[in-house]
Amino acid sequence: MSPSSSLASDLAAIVGQRHVRSARAERLTYAMDGLPTHRRVPDLVVLPGTREELIAVVRLLAAHGLPFVPRGAGTGLSGGALAGAGAILLVLTRVNRILRVDRANRLAVVEPGVVNAKLTAAARPHGLHYSPDPSSQSACTIGGNVAENAGGPHCLKYGVTANHVLALEVLLADGTIVDLGSPGGEPWGPDLVGLFVGSEGNFGIATRITVRLTPLPRAVRTLLADFMALRPAGEGVSAVIAAGIVPAALEMMDQSCIRAVEDSVYAAGYPRDAAAVLLVELDGRDESAVTAEAEAVAELLRKAGARSVRTAASDAERERLWQGRKKAFGAMGRLSRDLVVQDAVVPRSTLPQVLETIAGIAQHYGLVVSNVFHAGDGNLHPNISFDATDPALKARVEQASGEIMAACIAVGGTITGEHGVGLDKLRYMPLIFDAESLGAMQAVRRVFDPDERVNPGKVVPVHACREWTQGARSHSPRGQPVGAL
Amino acid sequence: MTILEKVTALLGKGAVLEAGTDRVPRIAPGSPDAVALLLGTAHQEGWRVRIEGAGTWLQSDAPADLALTTRRLDRIPAIEPPDLTATAEAGIGLDQLRQQLADRGAWLAIDPPGLAGRTLGSVIATATAGPLRQGFGPIKDHLLGVTFVTGDGRMVQSGGRVMKNVAGYDLTRLQAGSFGAFGVIVLVHLRLRTLPRADVTYLLEGSREDLTQVGEDIAAAGLTPAALELVSPALARRERWVLGVRLAGSPALVAADETGLRAATGGRFTALRAEEAHAFWMRLAEGFAVRPVTFRIGGVPAASDELLDLLQHQLGDEWISASPAAGAIRWTGEATVDRLQRLRRTLAGLEVPLTLERAPWPLRGAVGHFGAYREGVGPLVSGLRRTFDPGGGLVVATEGE
Repeated sequence: MSPSSSLASDLAAIVGQRHVRSARAERLTYAMDGLPTHRRVPDLVVLPGTREELIAVVRLLAAHGLPFVPRGAGTGLSGGALAGAGAILLVLTRVNRILRVDRANRLAVVEPGVVNAKLTAAARPHGLHYSPDPSSQSACTIGGNVAENAGGPHCLKYGVTANHVLALEVLLADGTIVDLGSPGGEPWGPDLVGLFVGSEGNFGIATRITVRLTPLPRAVRTLLADFMALRPAGEGVSAVIAAGIVPAALEMMDQSCIRAVEDSVYAAGYPRDAAAVLLVELDGRDESAVTAEAEAVAELLRKAGARSVRTAASDAERERLWQGRKKAFGAMGRLSRDLVVQDAVVPRSTLPQVLETIAGIAQHYGLVVSNVFHAGDGNLHPNISFDATDPALKARVEQASGEIMAACIAVGGTITGEHGVGLDKLRYMPLIFDAESLGAMQAVRRVFDPDERVNPGKVVPVHACREWTQGARSHSPRGQPVGAL
Repeated sequence: MTILEKVTALLGKGAVLEAGTDRVPRIAPGSPDAVALLLGTAHQEGWRVRIEGAGTWLQSDAPADLALTTRRLDRIPAIEPPDLTATAEAGIGLDQLRQQLADRGAWLAIDPPGLAGRTLGSVIATATAGPLRQGFGPIKDHLLGVTFVTGDGRMVQSGGRVMKNVAGYDLTRLQAGSFGAFGVIVLVHLRLRTLPRADVTYLLEGSREDLTQVGEDIAAAGLTPAALELVSPALARRERWVLGVRLAGSPALVAADETGLRAATGGRFTALRAEEAHAFWMRLAEGFAVRPVTFRIGGVPAASDELLDLLQHQLGDEWISASPAAGAIRWTGEATVDRLQRLRRTLAGLEVPLTLERAPWPLRGAVGHFGAYREGVGPLVSGLRRTFDPGGGLVVATEGE
């Protein structure tokens, strides 16, 4: 069902004519997110400029009973912010004010369209920063981070988005405003903030977000260790964690990734002949303590088999090492015209085994798979380079992706650690959750959005749910749950 | 058939424990499936069920047709030191769990109030964090996943056993602090840390104002203690207020923080021996389990002093513990329905929630664990309650009367 011209006029009356995009060429801009395997052209795109306009738009859509999809910067990697036929796409990048930075209480209040890196830039003069740092942080928005429960390299020590959101003002599908959480972090009753974060837009739109800020570390050491095989690199990760040291970040890149970076404008000085490098960052208040921990980490990595371990000698070198890591996905654009950035999590101790399995899958399907990932968390990102215009190749990529997910689940892992389910991982959800648990999720979603109008068709595969209805049900004994809890 | 006869037929004699003083049948299912069977039957029969752990924290006095205790769900299916994860059933006592983890060099960095045998499920269901919340966050931050059984006997999984997980909605965080309103937690996947190689506690006595200033100095110096707790004289059993500082981690970090602590506070703190430190923190935890009413409030750090004044004015400051840098305050003592309701209303005006943690049923039934919801929260909580307990059979004082 295409939106009527009268609806477009009514929306234009709220946000202005130029912020309602109906021409196909304009709408094509929003047909994809960061994942090239899913494409949906929205029927209509609306860009409200203020919280009040956003509320008015949602209330108008509620009056018409129309579905809608909230979208931030479109950097997501699960097809989560795509609007299918009949759904209106609400782009929130213009609702982007930093409302308050409270140094005394170490918090900030922002609107959903604030770019992640801009929040940290605003907090820095106060000696603070916003810790979650996805690789897309120069573009991605805090609203999107909340929807996806975004992570990033430094989440190993500081935690993911859910650990930093204190309170939310939420706009429900029916236009109701709800205040969740409190600035002190204690909930008003059950933890609805914790429930909302990571709900991928299915529960509503966060219109005001109160986040915790973290003091900037006074001392930082960044190490680069290189290995001639993947297995000892994985064992080095386990050795560091087992020693009780909590690095701020502990990242791994394999040879394919290293070479892509070194061939690009983001060249960081990684050794091209290494099978893997580990980028380890330690930070804290005290220079001597951080230095001592850095030396301990270096020794552990050498014992694990590192060919060399070097410490960034300057801020410039540190930034260069990190630029290579954070721009690795961009650098992989050199390998082929399309890239699937996969996301899965495994128990840390299984990293060597799983990396070898992934290499075998890549070989079997004749694909280029580059690994760059949060090793300290066991959060893998196998990236498959391919040409999406080749249907046979695309089918092989899909098959390989499925086998990679299955391999991660088989060792007790999960299908996504920070990118979300969106459209891309829907088919894998029944592999880790039984029908009852999926039904529970669907039932919870209906508490927030009874008509399922916000971001329909994402996260929970409805066909795999056991239906939940409030009221009497016949009891049946359950078998063993499917999957890997 | 009586309820007891039906339950015995369902789960066997081994599941029936001695009833408490109120003679409500006490049932201890021996497995998660048995919990599901019991709650499914209770839902069909219309029985009211109260949830119990070891019975050492929340009073076992809610009016019910039967009490479901998790105390036979006391297995630890997995401890994985290399991955720093563990899986435990909800009825395991924290003391047992701690010991088994320590034997493997692992540590669950929580120190909730209550007696040593308090169950893991009780701590999670009530989200009662202790002083370690300062350094390691609230209870929910230690959870990777849970399995729970709804009021009508459905078994639901959430999360998993890996460090990061965004597959599906986060029902794990919803369960933490829901007081059983959304079901009975039966199995928990935990995030662990390595047992700290250095762990020291320092104490300083003084006036509340003086110690508050010292606490601010510590924060301003950039120190990151595992615990920074301001304790009232009655609770600490001292003449004056006490500021307890716990430093835990690698020897290098702890040594640096000790130096920083001396520099920031002029070397005024006294270091405790290991057994003294253990006794101090244990006394603090147990103190909150002995008086009839315990609640917590959570404000922003800068409001801590004002909130302590408010508590002193409205209820007296006999037994109080506060993490001023985390904005969390816990109070225990005697209180009436009127006073608690008035205090909750006053605090709500300051954007500070009050969560009633423990109280005799007449009081908690009237006041509720939660209340003074912000705009729009009440209907969501009610909707979730109907979803997870459609028959309303779980006796939980969520919002009060």
